[in-house]
Amino acid sequence: MSTFDQDNRPLILEAGRADHQYWIDLWRYRELFFILAWRDVAVRYKQTVIGVVWAFVRPFMTMVVFTVVFGSLAKLPSEGSAPYAVMVFAGLLPWTMFASVLTEASVSVIGSANLISKVYFPRLIVPLSTVMVALIDFLVSLAILAGLMLWYGVVPGWQILLLPVFVALALLAAIGPAIWAASLIVKYRDFRFIIPFVTQIGLYVSPVGFSSKVVPEHWQMLYSINPMVGVIDGFRWCILGGDSPIHWPGFVVSLVVIAVMLVWGAHAFRRSERAFADMI
Amino acid sequence: MSDVAIRAEKLGKKFIIGHRAEEGSVFVDVLSRGFRNALRKGADMLQGRAMVEGDVVEEFWALRDVDFEIRRGEVVSIIGHNGAGKTTLLKILSRITEPTEGRVSIKGRVASLLEIGTGFHPELTGRENVFLNGAILGMTRAEVRRRFDEIVDFSGVERFIDTPVKRYSVGMYARLAFAVAAHLESEVLVIDEVLAVGDAEFQARCLGRMSEVADAGRTVLFVSHNLAAVAALTKRAIVFQSGRVYFDGPIEEAVAHYATSLRKIKNNRNWGKGNSTSLISATLVDAGGMPTDRYEPGTPLRLRLVLETSGLRGMSLELVLRDEHNLPIGFYSTSVFNQVSLPGKPGQYECSLVLEPYWLASGEYCFDLMTGLTNVDTDHRVDNALRFFVERCSPDAIPFNFSQGKGNGALAMRLAGPVEFTELPPAGQEPKPGPG
Repeated sequence: MSTFDQDNRPLILEAGRADHQYWIDLWRYRELFFILAWRDVAVRYKQTVIGVVWAFVRPFMTMVVFTVVFGSLAKLPSEGSAPYAVMVFAGLLPWTMFASVLTEASVSVIGSANLISKVYFPRLIVPLSTVMVALIDFLVSLAILAGLMLWYGVVPGWQILLLPVFVALALLAAIGPAIWAASLIVKYRDFRFIIPFVTQIGLYVSPVGFSSKVVPEHWQMLYSINPMVGVIDGFRWCILGGDSPIHWPGFVVSLVVIAVMLVWGAHAFRRSERAFADMI
Repeated sequence: MSDVAIRAEKLGKKFIIGHRAEEGSVFVDVLSRGFRNALRKGADMLQGRAMVEGDVVEEFWALRDVDFEIRRGEVVSIIGHNGAGKTTLLKILSRITEPTEGRVSIKGRVASLLEIGTGFHPELTGRENVFLNGAILGMTRAEVRRRFDEIVDFSGVERFIDTPVKRYSVGMYARLAFAVAAHLESEVLVIDEVLAVGDAEFQARCLGRMSEVADAGRTVLFVSHNLAAVAALTKRAIVFQSGRVYFDGPIEEAVAHYATSLRKIKNNRNWGKGNSTSLISATLVDAGGMPTDRYEPGTPLRLRLVLETSGLRGMSLELVLRDEHNLPIGFYSTSVFNQVSLPGKPGQYECSLVLEPYWLASGEYCFDLMTGLTNVDTDHRVDNALRFFVERCSPDAIPFNFSQGKGNGALAMRLAGPVEFTELPPAGQEPKPGPG
């Protein structure tokens, strides 16, 4: 849409031209990012009866089900002395955020077809702006966790101060595959059916309802290729402290996977976004 | 050179489009077609190409070899019929899509309005949507806030500004949307068919606003089908036809060209055939024998026709010339006027006809062609077979352009001798006829 021209150099449009200004443009369009994020948040619970309470109900019910199924029925061990419900919830929080970013961001581009075919802006803003909704839902759930910890009398250690780092990590882990999927969905709508499948399977493959310690030691490295393993372990470490030590070599593997997917996702998105308007 | 705001060089945009092959709709056909398509799409996907729906894939150039320059502060309209490439051009200029070849350089901040109310969310209030739409159009929040009262004032929906826009009437919605767009600040403004919404009063207001914008010294590119609006707002127009620049120049001529380009498309039809003769094609040619669609008044009117005959005797070729109101203004017949009939030997023939110089007023004309036995029967008749136009008609170097639009007909009449006035005796003193 708006093209800024501060240094008075003409803007050149031609085929395959690498846009050196892209990341600067992204920064210039930050207001659009905030306003789209705000729009999603503002619209989310309009015309619902219990409104934002939904943000409490959904994760709470999932936690109850998982605690009963994995903790009471399957009798899987918790971490250290931590109550099973708290352990599940500490894993559910990052997972829910991850899954919701992955789901929302991957379809966000085709959902904004009317914007993309009518106005220019760095397209990356569209999937990125969906992060805000997930983040707000996350903060709501965090309040439930605090209540739960109070109920069970769990006191977090100094590690809780590192929680924002792992929140950011969970988001980054989601954004990489999400923007890759978003650019693929524009071309091939098949991926739209694959993403829900991934999040569904992922919920059971990732250590959400159980502790990652259940996985035998010699499989830990392989297991950590799922980036959410590192992130969820980190979350539990922050919340449960010494009861849930991180498997550091595995964590590094998760970190590398997150970084690789982020770079790959951004690259794939940037490469195909120029043709979005033609394909959408 | 520094005052060129937009320069396009050899601009082209290609699309890949798919067609459905003409095949049976028997179950087996449908099944095998579906299977083949799935295979092709799979192959496309493996190679990272975009998928195309359809059985037959072909390239389509929406724009090709487009060159133009627009100076800073110029207000230019882009006209052309549907599918001529206007919107593709605007999309390239507003960075929504990339050209396939060629390049454009633009100086200054570009704001484009391909539609109004882009991104309006029905659940949000008018106020919220103003900010949302403003941000989408590239305004900063501070900018919107500064102009908010002006925007609301212009839209005339103050009372409902805190109501969700899904409760708005279509007119209110359009007014609010246009109001935001009308307050965009940018050096280059690109506008597509914005005036197609709202009632007459609102359209008049939009036009007023557009001309304000134009007068403020900004570069404006304006696409519209509304020729009256185009003519009122701009002095220069670029006419597109089939993805190419067909004409670039003063608005009055451009409008005439637009009309011709429209007819030309319509003329790409099958002429059919008669019982014993068929008219195949007709072209207007200039003095050098080259096909043209312009006639220079005062020069011989040259036609070249191609036809086929079975050799039937006594057939005549006839022409009717019509003006822009489709009224007949002239007739010619080979057998009536020249006692010539079509050749008696079967075959295809090219026929050259050179008509006298006429001083046709500027505007559009067309010929109807007929073959047949004069006054008895028509064998093959093609209406509007040949369209042409006259750009300027100024017989004897008169200082103005005599045009059909003046309402004085299609022919500038010229004298064969000088104008003479002979004084007559006053009426009362006329000698009375004597009795008997």
